[in-house]
Amino acid sequence: MPADSERVLDVRDLQVYFPVRSRGVFPRTIGQIKAVDGVSLHVEAGKTLGLVGESGCGKSTTGRAILRLTQPTAGSVELNGTDITNLSRRQLRPLRREAQMIFQDPYNALNPRQTIGSIIAAPFRIQGVEPPGGVRTAVRELLDRVGLNPEHVNRYPNEFSGGQRQRIGIARAIALRPKLIICDEPVSALDVSIQAQILNLLQDLQDDFGVSYLFIAHDLAVVRQIADRVAVMYLGHIVESSSREELYKRPLHPYTHALLSAVPIPDPEAQTQRERIVLGGDLPSPLNPPSGCVFHTRCFVAQDRCRTEVPIMRDMGQGHLVACHFPIEEQRIGEVIHGPDSGLTAPLEPEPGYFSESITDLGAVGTTRLDSANSTDEGI
Amino acid sequence: MSAFVVRRVLIMLLMLLLLSFAVFFLFSILPADVARLTCGKICTDQTIELNRARLGLDKSIFEQYWLFLSAIFVGRTYGVGEGALVCEAPCLGWSFTKSEPVLELILDRLPATVFLALGAFVIFLIGGVGLGVYSALRRGRWQDKAITGVSLIGYSLPSFFIGLVVIFFVIIRWQLLPFPDYVNPWEDPVQFLQTMILPWIVLAVLYAAFYTRLTRSQMLETLSEDFIRTARAKGLKERVVIGKHALRAGLTPIVTAAGLDLAGLLGGAIILETIFSLPGLGSLAISSVLNPDQSILVGITLITATFIIVANLIVDILYAFIDPRVRPT
Amino acid sequence: MSAPFLEVNDLRVSFRTEDGVVRAVDGSSFNVAQGETLAIVGESGSGKSVTAQAIMGLLSRRSADISGQVVLDGSDLLALDDDEIRRLRGARMAMIFQDPLSSLHPFYRIGDQLTEAVRVHRKVSRKEARNRAIDGLRRVGIPAPEQRIDDYPHQLSGGMRQRVMIAMALINEPQLLIADEPTTALDVTVQAQITELMVELQKQTGTTLIIITHDLGVVADMADHVCVMYGGRVVEYGSIDDVYYRPAMPYTQGLLASVPRLDSDRNARLDPIPGNPPSLINLPSGCVFHPRCGRRDEVRGDLCVTTEPELLEVAAGHTARCHLTAQVHAEEVFGAR
Repeated sequence: MPADSERVLDVRDLQVYFPVRSRGVFPRTIGQIKAVDGVSLHVEAGKTLGLVGESGCGKSTTGRAILRLTQPTAGSVELNGTDITNLSRRQLRPLRREAQMIFQDPYNALNPRQTIGSIIAAPFRIQGVEPPGGVRTAVRELLDRVGLNPEHVNRYPNEFSGGQRQRIGIARAIALRPKLIICDEPVSALDVSIQAQILNLLQDLQDDFGVSYLFIAHDLAVVRQIADRVAVMYLGHIVESSSREELYKRPLHPYTHALLSAVPIPDPEAQTQRERIVLGGDLPSPLNPPSGCVFHTRCFVAQDRCRTEVPIMRDMGQGHLVACHFPIEEQRIGEVIHGPDSGLTAPLEPEPGYFSESITDLGAVGTTRLDSANSTDEGI
Repeated sequence: MSAFVVRRVLIMLLMLLLLSFAVFFLFSILPADVARLTCGKICTDQTIELNRARLGLDKSIFEQYWLFLSAIFVGRTYGVGEGALVCEAPCLGWSFTKSEPVLELILDRLPATVFLALGAFVIFLIGGVGLGVYSALRRGRWQDKAITGVSLIGYSLPSFFIGLVVIFFVIIRWQLLPFPDYVNPWEDPVQFLQTMILPWIVLAVLYAAFYTRLTRSQMLETLSEDFIRTARAKGLKERVVIGKHALRAGLTPIVTAAGLDLAGLLGGAIILETIFSLPGLGSLAISSVLNPDQSILVGITLITATFIIVANLIVDILYAFIDPRVRPT
Repeated sequence: MSAPFLEVNDLRVSFRTEDGVVRAVDGSSFNVAQGETLAIVGESGSGKSVTAQAIMGLLSRRSADISGQVVLDGSDLLALDDDEIRRLRGARMAMIFQDPLSSLHPFYRIGDQLTEAVRVHRKVSRKEARNRAIDGLRRVGIPAPEQRIDDYPHQLSGGMRQRVMIAMALINEPQLLIADEPTTALDVTVQAQITELMVELQKQTGTTLIIITHDLGVVADMADHVCVMYGGRVVEYGSIDDVYYRPAMPYTQGLLASVPRLDSDRNARLDPIPGNPPSLINLPSGCVFHPRCGRRDEVRGDLCVTTEPELLEVAAGHTARCHLTAQVHAEEVFGAR
């Protein structure tokens, strides 16, 4: 394990619970939404950690809690070696210089009544920093750096396209040369061609300034493009994390398998050759998460043990961590696997041969575990 | 659902209680000496002191409030012995300028106000919503521009101005209607209608202008919603798309506004009642200011506020019926 | 190839706005054969959604100027009056949309919304319509449809809502289904469910499907033919293999190179198309893609800036709107000069 000093961000056992109130005559707290339930992660200097998951998994809440935009319920957040979990607003202020955030919807994150010049100059003003050469020069340099025309400094956000607005957001975030930028779905609202431009820009900035990213996204292909290390989140928990190469080449958690197989590849041939896992059902409510392993209700390799025993994160070698009792170590090609109560399987009355050949008995899919899946615990 | 209603009613009662105290307290700190005001023409220090005792003004504000509050439920007797005045429950206080219980004064004036409010309400709601929907459907065409323009004028004209103009032309110049003289509808329906028609229209014009604009913008917003596109994609007739899908969603916010506006109107339209000499709450309030009678003002303020709070409750409950998303499960 | 079931010829749609005339679709032509799946691919502002709405007759003729031909099974839809095309909508052709939550009416039970769709086109009793609605829900894999039918949209999950939308679209067994970004608003795993459901349902019913999307991955999963749109035009059309493995138009090439992929060796950098999509009010002269095109220099002269290229056939059934491909093609045919 690398020394802590190399870590820009170190999050331990982070919990963010939101109280739920009853609707009776006298409302009272009747439960908690466990949006983030014991997340530990770290980001190394100059590196990118991708935090992946579907909506409602708690990835954005994690990002917000790290910057204390949402108050963590428990756990600790260390930024650059300083524990910021319990700092007051005033104590936090100087540390805001070290960590910035960029958002999914660049338009909502920009004040429409301010020129982009004054938006990008805001961090200097707020932190009372006088850059060498003055704020005006710094703003122009920043605009130029993110690929915008410095002449446009007096324009308003609505005069820019989505991709350009995201560049404005990035310019603002890098203004004070932070050590860490939390990117919350920074490219998911953008068109494909623009998305690639922004991803390249983020990589260039990392190469130039050595900034670290916590890159929150739902798109595994995007994360693969930019991250050095990837953590997969499900229902408030990190279920798997490892280096990028490992995670994409040798995923272990069944949820990671399902996620990877669900990402369509823009290649018709390859699409037919892939392992296909169609998870059944929907994300369970974080108000009342399943017992044992939170994924067991949708898992296609779950066994009795998964219903009762919470899997502990363990190292499967080379820092490849997984929280699963029965990690899957081999890829199946060209198969279609359905999870339990996949809405699809039971009700459809298939005509013969309309599924791919690997599935023969559709009626039994809900309960059947495929052979390859059964043999997965051998490798542990 | 019932727990929701019960909770809302409880909250409402609490609000009424707080409100009654606030009203009572605010009026009691006014510099006017009520004992002196109620004393009449021949006034000696002795009578003032007597009045003070009779009204309970020598007691602390909290005691006075308690007397006032309990009178609503058990009634109250002002003074003792021969000259004592009995105000039976529910008693909202006693007017010494009019020598009557405040509640009776208010009830006496309430019909004119209620008729004015309800009549105008029906006209402006139908007119305003109708014009608003029509305007939205004709968006950008001359009909829309005309309606929007006229409603802007209607919205910006003060009621006394419109009121005086119509009185001048309709009654004085063209003599289409007799001078307003309010009677109860069951006594002389024709005269009632002759009296009410102008104030209804004048009041309705003001509100209709607002509702036209509100409805228009609501409808335009709703018509651009995805579910309207879905309704069209299903092949529904445009009539159904508008009348069923768009109206139901677009009119929901209007229910809120209408409920509160009706409640406000029930508190009396001071200017219009004065112009058209209608014996309503508004004119009672004005006369109680000009010829100061604090107990009447407290009574009217409380009644008006109660209307608004109750209307708020009704609107909230209606809302839950209209929109399943806010319906508690 | 069978005779085209749907034929779109030189479709043009423009909207007059305060800022000027928006040429949302400016010459869109393509065919779809019966029972096949056509994907219309493009980024925002490419005119793909407007094309779909024009086919469905969903654009108000008051606000939009529409010209060209949309021939469905022999009859020109643009020549029909409002009521005639309304009778086709939801019956012979149906549509599903990107965001299932906002596309369902929030105040009506899903059962009411489904039965309404039945009863507008068929004279059946309420009970019969309800039974059909339940069957429809069952067919799209909604568990316990007898109970779910009385739910309101907000009580369902995103995936379930999109299933309801699909059930509603298919309830009158349309011959043409247009799906406008059907999986974009959904999570990846749910996306996979819905994609698979649509593929299966199409196999069962033989419905002709037009899927409109920006996601080249979804296209690879579903489509037989692909139509790439840019700046309101069809810039490339061909079989899925043509477009993915032999893209002829530099825009298509750029689009494919911009997508991060799970399967390729991860290069250090993506190869994005520079610049931004054009404004539809102020389209560039000549080829609308020329300001962003990386291969402009390969074309002789300043053809790209001055002249709009035609949609030309580069191979059988594969067309592209590009001077470069036309030039290369001409060289192949007539020999290099």
